[in-house]
Amino acid sequence: MAHNGDALRRREKRRSILFTLPMALFAALLVALPLIYVLGTSLVESGQDFSLGATFTLENYRRILRADYLLVFLNSLQLAFFTTVISLLIGYPFAYCMARAGRKWRFILMMLVIIPFWTSALVRIYGWKILLQGNGLINTVLKRLGLIETSIKFLGSYGSVLLAMVYCMISFMILPCHSAVDKMDFTLVEAARDLGAPPWRAFLTVTLPLTTPGILAGCVLVFVPCVGIFYLSDIMGGGLMLIGNLIRDQLLKVRDWNFGSALSMVLVLLTAGIYAVYRKCGGKDLGVF
Amino acid sequence: MQEVLLSLQHIKKDFGEGEVLSDISLDVHRGEFVTLLGASGCGKTTTLRIISGLETADEGRVLLGGRDMTDLPPEKRPVNTVFQSYALFPHMNVERNVAYGLRLRGMDKRAIDKRVREMLELVQMSEHAGRMPSQLSGGQRQRIAIARALALEPELLLLDEPLGALDLQLRRQMQVELKRLQKQLGITFIYITHDQEEAVNMSDRIAVMRAGRFEQIGTPEEIYDAPMTRYVAQFIGRSTILTGTVASVNGDTAVIEDENGRYPVDATRARLAPGETCELCVRTERMRVSRTPVSGFALPCTVKEARYAGGSVLTYVTMAGGAEAVATGEERMADAAQPGDTVYLCWNPAQAAVIGGASHGA
Amino acid sequence: MAAKRRRKRKLFSPIYLTLVLIILYLPILMVIIYSFNSGRTIGAWQGFTTSWYTRLFGNALMADALKNSLILAVLSSALAGIIGTLGAIGLTRSHFRGAGLVETVATLPMMIPELVLGMAYLALFTAVGVKLGMGALILTHTTFCIPYVFINVKSRLVGMDPALEEAARDLGASPMRVLRDITLPLIMPSVVSGMMLSAAMSLDDVVISFFVTSAETTTLPLKVYTGLRSGGTPEINALSTLMLGAIFLAVALSQLLRARSDKKLNSAQ
Repeated sequence: MAHNGDALRRREKRRSILFTLPMALFAALLVALPLIYVLGTSLVESGQDFSLGATFTLENYRRILRADYLLVFLNSLQLAFFTTVISLLIGYPFAYCMARAGRKWRFILMMLVIIPFWTSALVRIYGWKILLQGNGLINTVLKRLGLIETSIKFLGSYGSVLLAMVYCMISFMILPCHSAVDKMDFTLVEAARDLGAPPWRAFLTVTLPLTTPGILAGCVLVFVPCVGIFYLSDIMGGGLMLIGNLIRDQLLKVRDWNFGSALSMVLVLLTAGIYAVYRKCGGKDLGVF
Repeated sequence: MQEVLLSLQHIKKDFGEGEVLSDISLDVHRGEFVTLLGASGCGKTTTLRIISGLETADEGRVLLGGRDMTDLPPEKRPVNTVFQSYALFPHMNVERNVAYGLRLRGMDKRAIDKRVREMLELVQMSEHAGRMPSQLSGGQRQRIAIARALALEPELLLLDEPLGALDLQLRRQMQVELKRLQKQLGITFIYITHDQEEAVNMSDRIAVMRAGRFEQIGTPEEIYDAPMTRYVAQFIGRSTILTGTVASVNGDTAVIEDENGRYPVDATRARLAPGETCELCVRTERMRVSRTPVSGFALPCTVKEARYAGGSVLTYVTMAGGAEAVATGEERMADAAQPGDTVYLCWNPAQAAVIGGASHGA
Repeated sequence: MAAKRRRKRKLFSPIYLTLVLIILYLPILMVIIYSFNSGRTIGAWQGFTTSWYTRLFGNALMADALKNSLILAVLSSALAGIIGTLGAIGLTRSHFRGAGLVETVATLPMMIPELVLGMAYLALFTAVGVKLGMGALILTHTTFCIPYVFINVKSRLVGMDPALEEAARDLGASPMRVLRDITLPLIMPSVVSGMMLSAAMSLDDVVISFFVTSAETTTLPLKVYTGLRSGGTPEINALSTLMLGAIFLAVALSQLLRARSDKKLNSAQ
C-alpha cells in the first residue's frame, strides 16, 4: 500500500538535491578530482604523468622512508606540536579572561582578536622581522637599557620561527577556547566553590573538563595548518627544512612531481587522520567564529 | 449534535524508532473545543501536526468537512496553528506578522489593513501594531500568534500548548480569554496540553492520550467521574485505586473483597461476576473518613498523616492490608484525626468508577 | 590576607589581556609606523613621509595587482556566497543519500593544507589543459571560500527555530515563498558574514594563488610575498598598511552585522 505523503516527500528531496548540485559540482571537480589526480601522480613512476599507460609503482612512497625525509616530517610535527602547546598555554588563559570580562569589553576584545587573525600573515611576520632584526626595535631597546653589548641574532633561529608560528596561530586557539568558556555554565564553578573547593581546584575539576571540547578544537585548528606551512621559515630565515619546504622544492626545484605528490598525500593523510580522530572524540564543526 | 468537521481515521505514524501513533481515530464536531491531553511523548503534538499537514501519517486518512486532506500540503489546508514557541517572524513587526497569511492570499491592501486591525482589537493588542516581536512580552507574543492564526478565518484552529510558558495567573487569565474567544467566533479548537486542570476547565471534550493511543475520549465530567482505565483515573484528579475480587453480586450492587476489607460497588455500568478481579477508582473528594464503622463498608485503617489543603483536610491512611489511600476529612485541622488513630473509609458507591478489564465499561 | 589575594587576582585578567594584545599588535604597529619612515632601511627611523604611499599609487604594476585582487575577491566571494548558501539550505533540512559525502568533500579545503590543494590544482590544470591565470584563480578561490559560507549559513539554519518556516507554510506559503519570505531574510547576516570572510581569505591568499597564477596575472599578496622574500621595501609596508585597513573595515563590518542580527534573532525566541 502506498504510503501517504510520498509525493510530497519526493518533491522536497528533489528540491534539496537541486540546491546542493552547484556545491556538489565544485566539490567533485575542484576538490575531489585534483586530489585524486595527485594521488594518481604519486602512484606512478618518477617523471611520468598520471595517465593510462603509466607504470604503477609504490617507489615514491618507499622513498619517504629514508632517514632524512622522515626527519623532515619529524621536524614539522615537532614544530607543530610546540606551536600548539605554546598557543594553548598563552591562548587559553587569554580566552578565559576574555570570556569572564564584562559584556562591553567582550565585543571590543573579540574585534581585537579577530583583526590580526584576518590580517595578512605575511604582513604580520614581516612586522616581527622588523622587530627582531639586528638593528630592530628589540635589539635597540635592549642595548639602550644596557642589557646587551652586541645585537642578538634573533632571526634565523628556531625560536624565531616558533615565535612566528605561535603568533600566526594563536587566534585559532583563542576563538574556540573562548567559545567553550563562554558557553560553560559558570554556576557549576560556583557550586564547586560553595562545596569548599579552592579556586584552583574548581578550575581543574570543573572548568577544564567542561571546556575540553574548545581546547581540542583549538589544538586541531592550530596543529593542522602548522604541519603544512612553508613560507614562514622562508621569511624568518634559518633554512629550517619542513614538509612544506620539501614539497615546494620537489615541485619547483627538483621538478619531481611524483615524489612531491607522494609527500603531499602523506601530508593529507596526516591531517585527515588528525581530523578523523578529532571527530571520533566527539569534535564538532570547525570554522564558525 | 453538530456536524462532524474533522475526522481522523486510523492514523498510524512511525518515525523509525517504534510507533509514535498507533491507530488514532477521532471525530471533532463543528464549534467544539477538544483537548488532547497527555504526558510528554504521548503523541499529541504529532497528531496535531498531522492535522495541520506539517507531518504526514504513514497510514490512515484525515478528512475535513468530508474532503480528504491527507495528501494536501499544509499551505493548502484551511487549518491554522498556534505554535508552542509562538513562531512570530522576528524580522517583521506585529502588523506584518498578522498580515502575512492575508498577503499570501492576494487580498487587496485595504481589506488586509482592516482585517489586521480587527484581529489586533480582538486580542487587545491594537496599540502594539508597529512593535517588533522582540519587544513584546511572552503573553503579548502569544496573543499576536493567535491573532495571526485567526486572521485567515480557518475552519479549524490548532493550539499546541500555547499557555505553557506563562506564569500561573496569566495562564488562568488566558484560559478564560481563549474560551471566550472560541465561543464568540464559533471556531473549532483543537487544543494540546499536559495540564489536566486546564483541560477540564476549557474543553467540551477531552481525549486522553498515552503512548500513541487514545485511552478515553469524553466530556470532562465523564473523564473525571467515569474513568475507563487506571491511567486515565490517575492522570486526572487525585484518587485512590482499589483492587479486589468480586465476593457476591446482588442485582445493582456487588461486594468486593480484598486483604484490606470489604466494600460495595455500583454494578449498573459494569457486568461483574463472582470471582472476577475488579478495579475501583474513588476520587479523593468523594472518599470520606469516619470515626465509626459505616454499614456496608468494612475498611478500617490507620491514619498516617493529615494535611490541610485549603478548605478541607487531606487524610492519608494505611489500610488493613497495607494499601494506601487518600481521603477528604473535616474542614478544619483542629477536627482532624491524628496519626495513629483508627478511622473507617466510606463513600457513595454511585460516585466511584469501575475501571479497566474485559467485561467492564463501554 | 584573602582580600589582598582577591585584589591581586582581579588585576591578573586585565594585565594579562593587555600584555598579550600588545604583543599581538606590536608587529602590526611596526609595519604601519615604518610605512611612514623616510629612510629606506628598516630599523632606523629617519623621519616621517608619505612618499611611499604616493609611489605606490603611481606604480602601475601595483595598481594592476590591486585590480586583480579586488576583482578576484569580489567574484569568488559572490560565487561562494550563492553556492555555499544554496548548499547549506539543501543539506540542512533534507537528508538524501550522499549528503554527508558532499558536505565532507566540499568542506575539505578548510581541512587540508593549502600547499597540497595548490599543487593539486597546478598538476591537474596543466594535465587537463586549463589555462592558468584569472579564470583559474576565480575557480580555485571560490572553491576554498565555499566552506566558510557553507558552515556559517548551516550553523545559522540549524539554530533557527524550525517552527518559523512551519508557521509560514501553515499560513499558506508555498515552499518557495517560505524561502523568500522567511529563510533568506533570516540567514542573510550569515551569508553576508560568510562572504566577507571569503573576501578577506581571498585577498589574503598566497599559497593557492602562487600555484595557479600566470606570468601576466599577479595578486596583491603575491606581490607582497615576492617583495618580502627579497628583503622587503617600504612600499611593501605602505601596501600592507593599506591592506590592513581594508581588512579591518571588512571584519569590523561583518562582526557588527553578526552581533546585531544575533540580538534580533535571540530575543525574539
